Amino acid sequence: MTLIGWFQIALFCAVVLALVKPLGAYMTRVFAGERTILSPVLVPIERGLYRAAGIDARHEQTWLGYGLAMLVFHALGFVSLYAILRLQDGLPLNPMGQAAVAPDLALNTAVSFVTNTNWQNYGGESTLSYLSQMLGLTPQNFLSAATGLALAVALTRGFARASSRTVGSFWVDLTRCTLYVLLPLCIGLTLFYVWQGMPQTLGASVDATTLEGARQTIAVGPVASQVAIKMLGTNGGGFFNANAAHPFENPTALANLVQMVTIFALGAAMTNVFGRMVGDERQGWAILAAMGVLFLAGVAVTYASEAAGSPALNGLGFSAGNMEGKEIRFGIVASALFAVVTTAASCGAVNAMHDSFTALGGLIPMLNMQLGEIIVGGVGAGLYGMLVFVLVALFVAGLMVGRTPEYLGKKIEAKEVKMAMLAILCLPLMMLGLTALATVLPAGLAGPANAGPHGFSEILYAFTSAAANNGSAFAGLTGNTLFYNTTLALGMAVGRFMVIVPALAIAGSLAAKKTLPASAGTLPTHGGLFVGLLVGVILIVGGLTFFPALALGPVVEHLAGAAGQTFAAGG
Amino acid sequence: MLTHLRPALVLLTALTAITGLAYPLAMTGLAGAIFPARAAGSLIERDGRIVGSALIGQSFSQAHYFHGRPSATTAADPADAGKTVPAPYNAANSMGSNLGPTSAVLAERVKGDLAALSAENPGVPVPVDLVTTSGSGLDPDIAPEAALFQVPRVARARGMPEDRLRALVTAQVEGRTFGVLGERRVNVLALNLALDELARR
Repeated sequence: MTLIGWFQIALFCAVVLALVKPLGAYMTRVFAGERTILSPVLVPIERGLYRAAGIDARHEQTWLGYGLAMLVFHALGFVSLYAILRLQDGLPLNPMGQAAVAPDLALNTAVSFVTNTNWQNYGGESTLSYLSQMLGLTPQNFLSAATGLALAVALTRGFARASSRTVGSFWVDLTRCTLYVLLPLCIGLTLFYVWQGMPQTLGASVDATTLEGARQTIAVGPVASQVAIKMLGTNGGGFFNANAAHPFENPTALANLVQMVTIFALGAAMTNVFGRMVGDERQGWAILAAMGVLFLAGVAVTYASEAAGSPALNGLGFSAGNMEGKEIRFGIVASALFAVVTTAASCGAVNAMHDSFTALGGLIPMLNMQLGEIIVGGVGAGLYGMLVFVLVALFVAGLMVGRTPEYLGKKIEAKEVKMAMLAILCLPLMMLGLTALATVLPAGLAGPANAGPHGFSEILYAFTSAAANNGSAFAGLTGNTLFYNTTLALGMAVGRFMVIVPALAIAGSLAAKKTLPASAGTLPTHGGLFVGLLVGVILIVGGLTFFPALALGPVVEHLAGAAGQTFAAGG
Repeated sequence: MLTHLRPALVLLTALTAITGLAYPLAMTGLAGAIFPARAAGSLIERDGRIVGSALIGQSFSQAHYFHGRPSATTAADPADAGKTVPAPYNAANSMGSNLGPTSAVLAERVKGDLAALSAENPGVPVPVDLVTTSGSGLDPDIAPEAALFQVPRVARARGMPEDRLRALVTAQVEGRTFGVLGERRVNVLALNLALDELARR
């Protein structure tokens, strides 16, 4: 570890923190339907959309109506994306003549993008036409992100409102979020990325003759416009197979910093939106503080482990840390930081190959996802995931003192706690259950590329990433098979909707309750005690659930590596 | 359920058109107008021919050029389309090795590369980036030390004095952005183009 390395980490944190308040203030206005600086341009478009769709912008929905609208919208999005992928060979904008995507891969990819996971079993430059990338994937990048933000706002309204039947209109939240928040930011970011060297063209691949006289085919495409939303919307699906490690998808150290900042920007700002909407910004800062503690701990472990390097290579006399699978322009620190950021949020873009990280360096990204990606988290998804943990933490605190827990003036009762536990339990069910299945079936065991405990880690990482809707991978795993395409799709769908629906049910139940004044027995939820309690509950729940599985993978690998052991394929 | 169908259909169609067509096409037009060279992929021409992209590494194996990092990219096997063969710096199929820290394959590969490099420049420690593959397989850069390490070999092959080559490498070093971000590095293609230029004069 170096001083300049830690300085880069501090700079990243400072930029993210500086954006929390301005973005939070702007987004609060957007979700409240108030006028913003962009209103003169966007209000006519917004009104036109509502008129064509037959939406009354003032009509709000109950939690059930909100959830149904969301599900219908997702079902349609899935069908249209699946159709585009299956038919891409006959559709325009296919200069490289890519064939139609196979049914199981199209299923996996469509679920992957509709659920904001963006797991890549396809190689972008070798499988998809420009039309599939633009008209198929890019809209889902916007819409799945907008859906996440809308749901977080709906849950926040549940806390903010009293004796209300409704939690907002899904259609209005979705539209305003796309038009007022995501699109304008993406336009600015696209131009910045092209300035940094990212291609943005509809031309076919370029054939170059190298200095040594060989032919090099260089894949290009409309990269920058997709990368802008892929990061801002914590989607993470790359234009190229190597994702943000590809020099065209992440050309400079500055572009890398901006990509990391935009992964966190909206998620961090949502804590401020939450604070503003419930009328006490300190509540938002307390949640962000709990996220920050977990984040910095993860960064420290991953950075230290990658800087120390792997015993196998250090034994040959190297001491510069683990550079396998990393790019020179980022180096150790920006690769380690990116790995923690992308898994803390549900982004899943990678600027270095996680599969080649040291055992402990790769453990932290896995643990980040297993905790439910509540450290800033996916846009919106992070906040509602964290609020679910807040309810459980307060329930535990209530049990300790024998009082009915309350949060922001709302009594937390059996129904809310049951729903919170349902949302929390569906993740380990998918992550651990499907991993167990894959390790006993020949079709599952055919996947890993590495031998020994690292092979197990590859499987565990895949299902963890799918259920957490992350999308990053220990990419040695051969995922484009019937078994993995379908089981990963199942994990992604359950991990998304089995969290969203209980979260909405909590929103509806809370909105209907009266708000009680705080009493002497109320636990203040904006101070250090609460932050500590929340972090403790998250680590205990996550630790107890996932430690056995992690022990079989990265922990064993770390110990074996330290003892000088290596594993050969087939052994 | 049915009451949701019309808003869902209309919004999906309209927002798809806005974000999936209007947005990328407008960005393509705008980017092409403001930054035409970068939007097209930062291509480099020499004597009227495209020799590569400033951002994409390419394979160098001849002794009179500086070499980039090992690359794990592959291509379809011409003999059997179902299999792949190593094809370093295949810019149409980016990928890393994905070998884990306890992989015997990785340890063997590094040992082999290390022996070859040590023989080329005995007594000098081998920089780690010359024996590790990058994440994309297309890393355009190496560390300044990795370029300086290769100076004796290139000097021998070209019959040029080592001092001139060291000065050339030093002139090609790019620092950290704002003095903070990223790592110090040398773009291998740019270095080799400058080397050819120097040899021509």
